[in-house]
Amino acid sequence: MKAKEVPQEISMLEGHQRACYALGEDGRYTVVPSTGWEVEKIVNAVAVDEIRATIESARQRALRGEASALEFHMLRCHMTPAMLAANAGICKWRVRRHLRPDIFAGLRAAILARYADALRMNPEELKQVPGTAL
Amino acid sequence: MIEDFPHRHAAHCESGTMATLLRTRGWDLSEPMVFGIGGGLFFIHIPFLKVGGLPLTAYRDAPRIILKNLAKRLGVPMRYERFRNTADGVRRLDELLDAGIPVGLQGNIYWLSYFPADMRFQYNGHNFVCYGRRDDHYLLSDPVFETVVTCSADDLARARFARGGPFPPKGLIYYPDALPRLPDLEQPVRMAVRDTCRRMLDVPIPLLGVRGIRYLARRVGKWPSRIGEKHARANLANIIRMQEEIGTGGAGFRFLYAAFLQEAAGILGKDSLQDLSGQLTAIGDRWREFAVLGAQVCRGRENIEPAYGKLAEIMNDCAAREQHLFTALRSMV
Repeated sequence: MKAKEVPQEISMLEGHQRACYALGEDGRYTVVPSTGWEVEKIVNAVAVDEIRATIESARQRALRGEASALEFHMLRCHMTPAMLAANAGICKWRVRRHLRPDIFAGLRAAILARYADALRMNPEELKQVPGTAL
Repeated sequence: MIEDFPHRHAAHCESGTMATLLRTRGWDLSEPMVFGIGGGLFFIHIPFLKVGGLPLTAYRDAPRIILKNLAKRLGVPMRYERFRNTADGVRRLDELLDAGIPVGLQGNIYWLSYFPADMRFQYNGHNFVCYGRRDDHYLLSDPVFETVVTCSADDLARARFARGGPFPPKGLIYYPDALPRLPDLEQPVRMAVRDTCRRMLDVPIPLLGVRGIRYLARRVGKWPSRIGEKHARANLANIIRMQEEIGTGGAGFRFLYAAFLQEAAGILGKDSLQDLSGQLTAIGDRWREFAVLGAQVCRGRENIEPAYGKLAEIMNDCAAREQHLFTALRSMV
């Protein structure tokens, strides 16, 4: 790739630039900052959209009472039950159980506080699910 | 604390961080040189190891391999410190910073809010330099950013002590101890190149090196019929992200390694390496064609079955050319 061929397109970099290695006029490699590449944006969107759809589905199920707010917030932070378990210091099978809406509703404040801290929010927020999509 | 920190924009977090740390101690090595001597280039595809639900694919070696190889080959006395709890890790970091020692840190990108929103994934393996603190903020030289950045104490602590997922950082702090004089690079470069050739060509596991590329090519061709269009697209997008999005300098580190070969040609006094650098650039361009076609497939602009066949074909071509390149390279060093 030549320096002048380095894509300078609008992407998910939000105005930041990433360093690309490309050949300068003299045939030597040099760092060329790039504002992004359409290709990166497309493949990034595949991953981001997938995560967004999962979060949105959990939000709607939570509003219908079929999932807990904990599941929604866990997914919002891109976490799996195993990651949440590790970060909250609660074992995996208990986390899985706590994700059920009926069990989540009866959780003690101390347990709620640990989940809230792992997800960087306060325990009151943890019980809520936003009424509109993120 | 160092005012006017000598930040330099880099393609890859690990080689960029190491190059910066060495530069603050008086060793001026370019990022490609650190990447090359660190033996960063590789290819790996492990279908049964899932990261974020998708098979692991990487155009590079495992995290921290560059640090380890570079330290070994150049005789850098590295210090690594990990912590059981957050408070100890924060205290130790502050202690080193207050003593004026810039350090390398490992962290989870999700918690680093200076990253663009759509790039914040739960990924534990990000590396960056921390060189000071001011009020409730830390001063970072994150090599994949154009300039230095700042980060709140809470962000940084969460990133450093994120748990769960592969490669948990456990608060890792690393820095070179008193550096000796920069050694002659000829032997280390030779050793590194030989090792990379060996890994690309000789590892008797079909998932690694050039064989790994061929293995993945075979699978890619069958994806639409085997796992369905939607899943095929998710897998394909993931490969291209590993190649372009995550900070490879373009074409899955191939351009970065071509830059290394160009510098190596000077160090070893072999013009023939310059030709091989040119060949690797052409291979990188071929990988970029793969990314362009793959992105069109992801957008639904291509006929699915023939497109995946074409993608497999490009990959096989890359594999053949890389095999040829590394065979020639080995005979020259």
